[in-house]
Amino acid sequence: MIALSDCLILGALLFSLSVAGIFINRKNIIILLMCIELMLLAVNLNFIAFSHFSGDIAGQVFVFFILTVAAAEAAIGLAILVVLFRNLSTINVSELDRLKG
Amino acid sequence: MEHIIFYCLAAILLFAATMVVTVRNPVRAALFLILAFFTSAGVWLLLEAEFLALTLVLVYVGAVMVLFLFVVMMLDIDLAPLQEGFTKYLPLGMFVAALITIEMIAVLGANHFGLDIVPSPSPHPADYSNTKEIGLLLYTVYVYPFEIASVILTVAIVAAITLTLRQKNSKSQDISQQVKVRREDRVRIVKMQSSPRKTKEQGEQL
Repeated sequence: MIALSDCLILGALLFSLSVAGIFINRKNIIILLMCIELMLLAVNLNFIAFSHFSGDIAGQVFVFFILTVAAAEAAIGLAILVVLFRNLSTINVSELDRLKG
Repeated sequence: MEHIIFYCLAAILLFAATMVVTVRNPVRAALFLILAFFTSAGVWLLLEAEFLALTLVLVYVGAVMVLFLFVVMMLDIDLAPLQEGFTKYLPLGMFVAALITIEMIAVLGANHFGLDIVPSPSPHPADYSNTKEIGLLLYTVYVYPFEIASVILTVAIVAAITLTLRQKNSKSQDISQQVKVRREDRVRIVKMQSSPRKTKEQGEQL
């Protein structure tokens, strides 16, 4: 039988892998977006594991909403990326310094 | 048997996630991300979340990742400057990731959430419908959040189209021009000398 701790540790490993991905791919904004998607996947895995083991379906409803918001976020993020590339001809994060940040 | 499948899927999932963050080519990273989504849909099926597993495949693999691949292939990216700092930040990234993993395993490990503390629930009968249960909850208790989610999706559509629309070449309305227009700009009244209508026979004679 699958234990709850197995699912939670799998989610934790997935989350920390995507955190490491954000650190090591900090120039490439496409990979950064993919790492955010992986993080959301890890969070969803935790929600579903708790929903399964506590017998409460509300966790799955929350995953449904997270999927909705993540899809919207990916669509808008990629649209911003396309506009950015059209204007600057680069997606290198270190060259995006228009706001002098 | 069930936990062997789970461990296989977990291994594939972690492998795919590692490849997503380490592979050089963004197209390959997107393809490995598709593998990760597919595998985690399998894990969700094991956890009896059938509707969400299929939603993950349909929405993520079918729509979001296709969008990702589309954008990655459409942009002509020079990959060389994007790779710099990879080895420089690798130790820091590994350190933070290891720290998060150790902390989370200490909290979420088998001594707090093991099988003896949180027992596995009895499997549902064959006529149990996960989709029906989610629908019952979603359209009663969570009906207002559901409406908000639909509004968010509409906003996302409008925002994505507005951001990427090119105004120059597209046929667009200029509302202020339309309001400012006067009758004289559109209608021209021509004064003409009226003449008696010629019948067909008279025309032929002339």
